[in-house]
Amino acid sequence: MHDDNSHDQPRPASAGADRDPLARGESQPTGKPAVEFRDIDIFYGKFAAVRDFSLAIRKGSFVTLLGPSGCGKTTILRSIAGLVDITSGQISIGGKRVDDIPIYKRNIGLVFQNYALFPHKNVFDNVAFGLKYRNVPKPEIVRRVKKALDMVRLPGSETKLPSQLSGGQQQRIALARAIVFEPEVLLLDEPLSALDANMREDMRVEIKKIQRETGITAIFVTHDQEEALSMSDRIVVMNAGLIEQIGSPAQVYDQPATAFVANFLGKANMLPGSVTAMDGNMATIALASGHVVKAAAPKALTAGSAITVVVRPQKLTVGTAGAANRLSGRIVSTSYLGGNAVYEIDIGAGTPLRANTLIDGQPLREGETVDVCFDPLGCVLLDAQGVRIA
Amino acid sequence: MRAEHPDREGRWAWRLTGAITVCVYVFMFAPILATVVLSFNASMFGGFPLTGFSLRWYEKLLTNGPVLDAFRTSMWIALVTATVTTLLGIMAALALVRFEFRGKQAINTLVILPALVPETILGVGLLVMIKAVDQPRSMTLLVLGHILLTLPYVVLIVQARMVGIKRSYEEAALSLGAPRVSTFREITLPLLIPAVLASVLLAFTISFDNTSASLFWRPAGVETMPTQILSMLKISISPEVNALGTVMILLTVGIPLAGGLILQSLTWFKAGK
Repeated sequence: MHDDNSHDQPRPASAGADRDPLARGESQPTGKPAVEFRDIDIFYGKFAAVRDFSLAIRKGSFVTLLGPSGCGKTTILRSIAGLVDITSGQISIGGKRVDDIPIYKRNIGLVFQNYALFPHKNVFDNVAFGLKYRNVPKPEIVRRVKKALDMVRLPGSETKLPSQLSGGQQQRIALARAIVFEPEVLLLDEPLSALDANMREDMRVEIKKIQRETGITAIFVTHDQEEALSMSDRIVVMNAGLIEQIGSPAQVYDQPATAFVANFLGKANMLPGSVTAMDGNMATIALASGHVVKAAAPKALTAGSAITVVVRPQKLTVGTAGAANRLSGRIVSTSYLGGNAVYEIDIGAGTPLRANTLIDGQPLREGETVDVCFDPLGCVLLDAQGVRIA
Repeated sequence: MRAEHPDREGRWAWRLTGAITVCVYVFMFAPILATVVLSFNASMFGGFPLTGFSLRWYEKLLTNGPVLDAFRTSMWIALVTATVTTLLGIMAALALVRFEFRGKQAINTLVILPALVPETILGVGLLVMIKAVDQPRSMTLLVLGHILLTLPYVVLIVQARMVGIKRSYEEAALSLGAPRVSTFREITLPLLIPAVLASVLLAFTISFDNTSASLFWRPAGVETMPTQILSMLKISISPEVNALGTVMILLTVGIPLAGGLILQSLTWFKAGK
């Protein structure tokens, strides 16, 4: 069996606990990983696009590479396809090294942001393209194209040209084209970002459904945290060419390994301060804003050490009297979202706190003075380097 | 509020614009029209006034040996030039758009440069060069010269189209299992077809009616259509020249038009099927 932990990470960020392969509800491993990266470096001249990238992807799982633009996620995806040359390290697909195999022999399905349907070929010829180069007999091609079009819910569209289809339909044809020849791995390069918002959510569900039905291994690249959280079995958060964290959606959201992850996923509140006392596993922390709060610490902390308390906007309660960690402040902005509201609350620190709470009726008004509370168990502590204390 | 004032001004502006436009078009097309009209004139002299309708100058053309020879020569040169230039141009544009290499910018400029150098200078230059290596003027040289003249335009046309063909089309084909040559044949080339057709037509036209460079390069005793017309004009403006001119206009205007129509019907056919 492969072992995720065998590849040393450059940062303490990717701690072993986050990389435990058994902790994320995927199917049990069957032999070789579908895709495996070992110590990948990719340089463009002197610029390091990706550094020390190691990852094993289980067969049939849905893995998302998440990060801001320029973080190296697309570069990694393209390196699997063979569209980018790796500088060092090795990539295996289905246990076979592919470093020297040209793209057209790699047996991968690729879906692009801009669909990239061949504009001069009709839907049938587009979807049949991969089968044609695999010497599939004609009647079989017809049968499988039909099946693929049924799967993406566009049956009977064989004779249409791509220009006669909407963006969402084009992307579904592109998906059919990429899965019809049953590739070993399906690569999706921001496939939803060219679609409008309504369509995006439908496609999200649809892609996930098709991936589950076909049992295909999928690698999905996005900068959209919602897409990543809703679709993935595992998320690889990347920043500036390095892996920040690998984990299930719940892990990366609830236990961000670094300040970057905490911030990138869901705009967490970062409260800098220092430890003043330890009582059992409860740390007393003096915040830079002047407040004193308590937070559960996974291990004993020395008094005086610098620390950052990370609290999700959803973990803050506003107005109602919470027992512990009461911070008083003034509402500087209110966004009413129907069932809930997002407040920005000035508690005297540099940046205002963000709180996202369920409301019943009217939201609180700007300028009101309120109490904000959070549970000592509902926060994460980062050390002076911005790494989660575990 | 009174709307008459700006209205009246607007009307005059439109009239003026219309008048100027008419003048421009008359200036542009009157010489062509004159040539065409006079080619059907029965008069012995290649000028106005018109004396009657006649096709005799066309008949005379068909029996004029030197003119027919010149026509064949020009057609042949233009066809070879168009074919070779288009092939070279596609390859050059492919390299310049799809690949990164050292000196790319310089090569790009060098390829375009012949289009900017005055033709007469190119003509003299090539002549001086072959004199220096002691070679006779030959048909091969003439064709090579025409390729030199037309290549920049073809590279520009194909390059412009190539930039518009998203790389992801080719990447998609490769990822689906098509080797590079198949990808070019099935994806890149079909998408390039409009540019290829335009290149063939433009190269053909440029070659077919090139005068100044051909004057320098043609081997002794060989005439192309334009040089033949020039030498006929040395004697007099005969109505036959008008007929020949009309034929040339028909060819150089008609061929691109036909090409455009073919292309349009092709796309229409594709979309309709």
